Amino acid sequence: MLVGAVSGFLAVNETGSLLQGVAAGVAAGLAASALHAFFTVTLHANQIISGLGITIAGTGLAALLGRSVVGLPPRASFEDVDVPLLGSIPGVGDILFSHHVLVYVGFVLAPAVWWVLRHTRLGLHVRAVGENPAAADAMGVPVTLYRYGAVLFGGALAGLAGASLSLAESPGWSEGMTAGRGWIALALVIFATWSPLRVLLGAFFFGALDVLAFRAQIIGVDVAPTVLGMIPYVATLVVLVVVTLLGTRRRLGAPEALGVPYVRDG
Amino acid sequence: MDGAPVSAEQPLVALRGIVKEFSGVRANDGVDFELRAGEVHALLGENGAGKTTLMNVLAGLARPDAGTVEIRGDDTAVRSPRAAIDRGIGMVHQHFRLVDRFTVAENVTLGWHAPKALLRRRPLEREIARLSELYRMPVQAGRPVWQLSVGEQQRVEILKNLYRGAQVLILDEPTAVLTPQESLALVDSLRRMAAEGRGIVFISHKLDEVMAVADRITVLRRGRNVATVATSDTTQGELARMMIGHDLPQAAAPDDRQAGAGVLRLDAVEADDDRGLPALRGVDLEVRAGEIVGLAGVAGNGQLALAEVVVGLRPLSGGRVLFEDRDVSGWSIARRIGAGIGYCPEDRLRHGVAPTLSIAENLIAKSYRRRPVSGRLLLDRRGARRAAAELAERFDIRGADLDAPVASLSGGNVQKVLLAREISADPRLLIAAQSTRGLDVHAAEATRRLLLEQRNAGRAVLLISEDLDELVRMSDRIAVIYEGRIMGTFPAHEADEEEIGLLMAGRRP
Repeated sequence: MLVGAVSGFLAVNETGSLLQGVAAGVAAGLAASALHAFFTVTLHANQIISGLGITIAGTGLAALLGRSVVGLPPRASFEDVDVPLLGSIPGVGDILFSHHVLVYVGFVLAPAVWWVLRHTRLGLHVRAVGENPAAADAMGVPVTLYRYGAVLFGGALAGLAGASLSLAESPGWSEGMTAGRGWIALALVIFATWSPLRVLLGAFFFGALDVLAFRAQIIGVDVAPTVLGMIPYVATLVVLVVVTLLGTRRRLGAPEALGVPYVRDG
Repeated sequence: MDGAPVSAEQPLVALRGIVKEFSGVRANDGVDFELRAGEVHALLGENGAGKTTLMNVLAGLARPDAGTVEIRGDDTAVRSPRAAIDRGIGMVHQHFRLVDRFTVAENVTLGWHAPKALLRRRPLEREIARLSELYRMPVQAGRPVWQLSVGEQQRVEILKNLYRGAQVLILDEPTAVLTPQESLALVDSLRRMAAEGRGIVFISHKLDEVMAVADRITVLRRGRNVATVATSDTTQGELARMMIGHDLPQAAAPDDRQAGAGVLRLDAVEADDDRGLPALRGVDLEVRAGEIVGLAGVAGNGQLALAEVVVGLRPLSGGRVLFEDRDVSGWSIARRIGAGIGYCPEDRLRHGVAPTLSIAENLIAKSYRRRPVSGRLLLDRRGARRAAAELAERFDIRGADLDAPVASLSGGNVQKVLLAREISADPRLLIAAQSTRGLDVHAAEATRRLLLEQRNAGRAVLLISEDLDELVRMSDRIAVIYEGRIMGTFPAHEADEEEIGLLMAGRRP
């Protein structure tokens, strides 16, 4: 996300084009995830180690690249767009339909991904290589290809998320500006028990917690702001514990071959 | 059905002179096999006879080192399972390849190329329902596989192949996981498929079901053809002889030797396997001092559970285990070891030794609490080394370096490490499971000699093996286990190959 954020911001800074900024963010996410895919799929490395390594390297790289633009005002940024009609529904209109364009992209993507996973051959194969790659392989599904594809797709989305931070949410660049949101995204996946639809709900939940920290300060709740700032992260911990306890009934949980490198025997 | 019509003379499949070697062992040594359209052809043989290997060659899972695979007159090599499926060859393996969380329908269509992009559930489920109806193989297309019984899962595997248009269906020991009723139903379904001109290969070592299902039977022994016979021209007795071989060696054990007092006694022992299904159903067995009792049986009939129950690795669900007249059923493993129970497990590298630890460390793994290996508080490094070196010398373990990891040793030397460790603990009962499996001739002989020495030294030995020749040669008495029950126990010198073969297949002669 950080790499995507800084790349997006840098691109906009150079070209003034938001579209190119988004493209740069996505491309940066792709590059980072290509490395991850190579380590984990091709070299069968441990995903956690590779992931941590790339995260740390990416944080440093983003800081290095963004040094010259820290605090610069953006040349362009996404503006909030009210969706006609829907945006004026009292109550929900403001919450759901008054955002910058990338939020709507997210709204559309989550059900789209769900639909693809559920109703297409592509989705069936993606799920199969995560559940039981040996069975998929025996049926002629190219496991490596699909696994690369899945990792790259995830990387592209992470890059997009980063770009949306630096170009829309809080236009500009500062070191560590994601503030651990990538980790919250991980927690979200577990919270949603691997359903893209529930991820959308979960995102609202965590978003609400984030806002809660702000609002609580404004209305003058007498708690140190730093403590309030912890709310989303503490909530993440609580949610993870609860979901994991419930999720031990194994069919709720992760794909069975999640994080397990596939090595064909024989 | 699609595909070119097959003339009466031209077989559906012809395998000629198949040779397949795995790390120096010839699993197939010039095997011929022919499958005609419309027949159920049984492939019969003991474990390790090369049945599965031969069919893996046909199904594109193994490349033969020599020989040709001809499918409807076309002898292009089959390079992958996918290529085999495309040419109408489908195989149902012993271990199913299903995605647990997927529905039946999703599993059936996984990896197939039609329909193209979208999964259309309705037509797919209709087609599955049609096939399932046609061959009397009830499944519910919309249910996830993990909810299904093993029998249903097997039907899904078969449907998967039929859906892909398989003209040849290979089933590897399909009834091993089925109840008798499910087996009957399966046989009926297979007959229907054959009646439509498909060829069915039925791998088995159970004589009665082979007689019931097959039109022809090909018997393999040690990677070679013994014979191909029409079912109507043979008997179970003849098949048992062909499967086991004519030359059962004479028992080495003198029958006038006196066995001592009972050391181990199992009294109506019952236990479950890892899936919670009964593995032992009321086993009575006695092993006395100074005798070897050989436990004969086809793999997976409760041998492992029996060993584990005695050692303390598996809880009893009924009955008692008596060791030297004391009920040890509730004892911990350590206490049983202390009392004198030694165990050389079947899976040597996983359960027998710690493969990445050194030879020396493995050798002392059971004596670390005692002098000279143990000091007052800490291990006595020098004492441990001396003890290990002595054992290596005494048991002729040929690994250059005692500090090298055990995993670096050959199979025979790993077995020696294991035996050395167990024997040096001076057990009164030694359980040896598949102790010569995978060893070369010399290592196997050395292992047998060691076990015989233990018997002669007055220890009780329970020998578990699938090698009937070995059992007859080494044992004083032989017990046959089938589906968790002891089918019979008799002196080894009275061993009759036919009788043992029938008992192993679950038939009382």
